[in-house]
Amino acid sequence: MVTRTRKLGRTAIPRLLGVATHVGALIPLASILWDYWFYQLGADPIRDVTLRTGKSALILLGLSLACTPLNILFGWKQLIPLRKVLGLYAFLYASLHALTFVWLDYGLDPGLIREAIFQKPYAIAGLATFLLLLPLAVTSNRWSRRRLGKRWNQLHKLAYVAAVLAGLHFLWLVKGAYSRPLVYGALLSVLLLIRVPPIREKIVYWRRQLTKRMLGRSTSDV
Amino acid sequence: MLVKKRTGIEIPSSEITPKHLYLSRRKFLKGAAVGAATLAGSAVLASCRPSAPGSEVETPPGEVGATTDELDDSLTEYRHVIGYNNFYEFALDKESVAAKAANFVTSPWQVTVGGLVNNPKTYDLDDLGKFDQEERIYRLRCVEGWSMVIPWIGFPLSALLADVEPRSNAKYVRFETLYDPEQMPGQRSRGYSWPYVEGLRLDEAVHDLTLLATGLYGEGLPPQNGAPVRLVVPWKYGFKNIKSIVKIDLVEEMPISLWMQASPREYGFYANVNPEVPHPRWSQATERRIGESARRDTPIFNGYADQVAALYEGMDLQVNF
Ligand code: HEM
Repeated sequence: MVTRTRKLGRTAIPRLLGVATHVGALIPLASILWDYWFYQLGADPIRDVTLRTGKSALILLGLSLACTPLNILFGWKQLIPLRKVLGLYAFLYASLHALTFVWLDYGLDPGLIREAIFQKPYAIAGLATFLLLLPLAVTSNRWSRRRLGKRWNQLHKLAYVAAVLAGLHFLWLVKGAYSRPLVYGALLSVLLLIRVPPIREKIVYWRRQLTKRMLGRSTSDV
Repeated sequence: MLVKKRTGIEIPSSEITPKHLYLSRRKFLKGAAVGAATLAGSAVLASCRPSAPGSEVETPPGEVGATTDELDDSLTEYRHVIGYNNFYEFALDKESVAAKAANFVTSPWQVTVGGLVNNPKTYDLDDLGKFDQEERIYRLRCVEGWSMVIPWIGFPLSALLADVEPRSNAKYVRFETLYDPEQMPGQRSRGYSWPYVEGLRLDEAVHDLTLLATGLYGEGLPPQNGAPVRLVVPWKYGFKNIKSIVKIDLVEEMPISLWMQASPREYGFYANVNPEVPHPRWSQATERRIGESARRDTPIFNGYADQVAALYEGMDLQVNF
């Protein structure tokens, strides 16, 4: 009986996490569609969609990158498979965001788009982020992973570069109110720091010591 | 003949995607399919979408003299004029300003006019009401790349300036917004050098287009639009139109505005609408009129070149942006 519930728990948690991820990741899209439908997108609907898709892309990218550090910190292995799903959703929103910009906002006018992107550092950073996310999304499948072998891991480290560029994009586009991009930058720095090999090893070592001590105490309590 | 049968066994086990991983991918594809279906579905459903809310949502409180500006562009819907406001003293988000400003106390109110004048004076609301009020339909072009057409009520700033008699050494006019962090939560953030300050050259200030607005759409100004009195200079970017003014000074030196202080590279003193001078963040060549979806070209001086271009004759507008 005991072993059965434990088994159930093992598969139920990743499943639940998976479902929650999909639901959570689709909520921003659903709410945009909802607001579109009921004319709730505000006075400048195109800008509203631009901001909301951009924000969702950024948050999902950050969450995707948070999985590994959270595993290092707390040993939450169940999060590892979510990296890819979250990353792909980040790419989905980034695509919608870019599409909103070139299509809804600039009506696919090449001259206007060229001017709007290449005159502004923030837009160049956004474009660079998108162009970095593209190969990551394309190679996120099993076949590419197998084909690329070791290089796959190296390639997918680019997600961090993309996150930094997205942060620059964000920092450069806000008008004086730097608190949101700075909070994002600070969180991203923490995530990056946790991955630095010596720090990572120290954390894992401390965590193991801690669990050992706690386990020791609980068994002696019994 | 030996036929080597390929089996999955040749793949090192480390390379096999664990079950939960490919399951999650399936789920992702499923999710994406749901998303796509939602999109497709909504396209089909578009025909049965409820009809757009019109002016019945928020009826303008007063009468307006015309429904278009002199270029035949329609007035921006009242609900957008009072619902989409840049007023950082209340909120950074344009759509939450109206709610945050709802209880802003705008009466009693005093505007102190002084500096290099012969006749310094403090005006209360009744005094301001004694100037001849008229309706002016102006285009408003925000530096962020959107625009509106607004029927303002107010009086030319020149009338007020004539009343205080500027001295001959007065070269500029400096305006200041109320400083009251109790009522204006945005002023508690130290990101900007509050209070909001703006300035005009004296010849710009006395130009007939330059308005001190006390109302819009046939009624007094709502708080979110800068009640009880604000500046409107239609050939300049919207941020020049300082709101909720308490102080006007005539000065000799060019005033440093809040935005010039915050980012001198981006915001100059003149801030004339000019599609030829790019801003690092927003395209200035085009704009979106609130209520329209396609962009339109931005005319130099926001379409008021005939009236104001002479003010800047011989000046390099790329340098004096
Ligand atoms: C072709 C690439 C891109 C272009 C042209 C682009 C353009 C824009 C524009 C025009 C805005 C709105 C600026 C404003 O009106 O204030 C914006 C906002 C934003 N974008 Fe992008 N972007 C691109 C890619 C990305 C990517 C890949 C990400 C994230 C992964 C991203 C994240 C954001 C965020 C977080 C915002 C701000 C949202 C907010 O203020 O709440 N963008 N972008």
